[in-house]
Amino acid sequence: MSIFNTLIEQLINGLTLGAIYALVALGYTMVYGILLMINFAHSEIFMMGAFVGCAVLTLCGALPAPLAMGLAVVGAMIVCGLAALGVEKLAYAPLRKASRLAPLISAIGVSIVLQNGFFLWRDDFLGFPNVIPERHFYFGPLHFSLIQLIILFSSLILMLGLWLFVNHTRFGQAIRACSQDREAAGLMGIPVNAMISLTFFIGASLGAAGGILYSLYYGSIKYNMGFVPGIKAFTAAVLGGIGNIPGAMVGGLILGMAESLGAAFLPQASWKDVFAFGILILVLVIRPSGLLGERTAEKV
Amino acid sequence: MKIFHRPSWSNLLLGLLIVFSILFPPFLLNSDYSYVLQLLVTVGLYMILAMGLNLVVGFLGLLDLGFMAFYAIGAYSMALLSCAGFGFWATLGLSVLLTMGFRLLLGAPVLRLRGDYLAIVTLGFGEITRIVLNNWDSLTQGPKGISLLTHPDVVPITFFGFHISNNLNFYYLTLFFVFVCATLSLRLKYSRIGRAWMAIREDEMAARLTGIQITRMKLIGFVISAGFAGIAGGIFARSQNFVTPESFTFWESVMLVAMVVIGGMGSVGGVLLGAAIVILVPEMLRSLLGSGFVSWRYFLFGLALVLIALYRPQGLWPNRRKIVELE
Repeated sequence: MSIFNTLIEQLINGLTLGAIYALVALGYTMVYGILLMINFAHSEIFMMGAFVGCAVLTLCGALPAPLAMGLAVVGAMIVCGLAALGVEKLAYAPLRKASRLAPLISAIGVSIVLQNGFFLWRDDFLGFPNVIPERHFYFGPLHFSLIQLIILFSSLILMLGLWLFVNHTRFGQAIRACSQDREAAGLMGIPVNAMISLTFFIGASLGAAGGILYSLYYGSIKYNMGFVPGIKAFTAAVLGGIGNIPGAMVGGLILGMAESLGAAFLPQASWKDVFAFGILILVLVIRPSGLLGERTAEKV
Repeated sequence: MKIFHRPSWSNLLLGLLIVFSILFPPFLLNSDYSYVLQLLVTVGLYMILAMGLNLVVGFLGLLDLGFMAFYAIGAYSMALLSCAGFGFWATLGLSVLLTMGFRLLLGAPVLRLRGDYLAIVTLGFGEITRIVLNNWDSLTQGPKGISLLTHPDVVPITFFGFHISNNLNFYYLTLFFVFVCATLSLRLKYSRIGRAWMAIREDEMAARLTGIQITRMKLIGFVISAGFAGIAGGIFARSQNFVTPESFTFWESVMLVAMVVIGGMGSVGGVLLGAAIVILVPEMLRSLLGSGFVSWRYFLFGLALVLIALYRPQGLWPNRRKIVELE
């Protein structure tokens, strides 16, 4: 196989992985945009999405695969969205006025609770139902598997939906207003708490969809599976400029590509994360607020 | 700065605790409790680490999510230099210097990053360090880690003629450095440097306008905090006689941040308390819950974290000075 073919193949792998990171990164970036808080529990929502999806697929084994898949994704998005909403109400909302690190600790606590809750339930690897048939598509030199196409396509749809929602609906406008200035938005009659809940719901449901796609790609799930993709997605969000929705998408894609190119061309595949984080640090040293982040004026 | 500023119940308690922590451990030796001693060494090491992180998070107000990288650098320096045949104290000194050097090298280019951008860069450095240690086989032996064959004779102590094991040596060594670091932290807190740090934490712009050299002050904080990590790493490597990249994950860094925040950012006593709680609570739950429910302990620990954050958002032992300012 020539270098060119490897390059193409790795770019497609990277695109697939990057699409998943981008989906998950949206959850981090939206919550950050509105609350200025790193939601550590988001990686557990991702894991939960995979588990709920797995349960639905197992239950709906008799249904045709596309229907079962659809049910699994929608079910997981709703369940995880509601879970995140609950977490926000119980563990973050009372801390709105506290110092910025208190919600961070609360989120770490929630993350431990969720992870160990699932650990108590299943502490081993669980095979993810293999509902997608093994099929391959060739477009000239490009070669996709069916799973990759499904991942790319569904994340594209979800991101497009989010973009439309945020930019072209009243709710989206309200969310953007809250993230610009929560107090002023409140004074204008926007129900700030409801908008924060909505943000959590949407972010978590995208994360849950990411969890299902990720486990489809890798084939197995485990209670601590959220950790690594969680860090990567968070990194992606910062790379693009945290709080910035298109930034999260771009950051996710770049991180995914960097990682898979790194895995292919570095002497040991395990150095790939060094490559990915190296790119992150380089970008931030040159552009301290991320690729698409706005240069915020210093507050005086 | 006076620790024993005026006689009060809290100072009396503190004194009793110090005497107790010096006198009690030998009684743990002759039974099955040697693991308690080991645990106490761990608590001490984390206290040193948390105090180091507190300089950055608590005093300077910068979130660092990769602090374990410097613990790792300290531990590996100790292991590698010991293998090269240096004596214990020389190695400890060199490890601390190396750790501080690395922090200077890694800290300088990223100091102009703000808030959470700095957090993610430190996270990145932490992960890079761990991955390098895990993969640079010719130097670090990768995931197998480095094991050291001999226990050094650190502090040869005879205690009323009893035979003193090495575990106890490390206990006293750790305790000694906990005191040294605590004193240093308190000294720093009320020094010009400490005041400058806190000014930066409260309002960087205003601090700059009063003539504080922001970058230099931040670098000083970074480097000293790395020195703490270097000490803890060095002792850790020697007390275990074994280092692997496993011990220095992102998760450990997060737990350190939890110790600082739970205890009370910027409060030295609070940070010591936070370290003790985060290490000891899961261990106590282990024996409390009985064999059937041991796997519940991290679940309960997570719940405890949430509850502490909710009911004591300032930490269990908040920084008194800050409260006074806010009133």
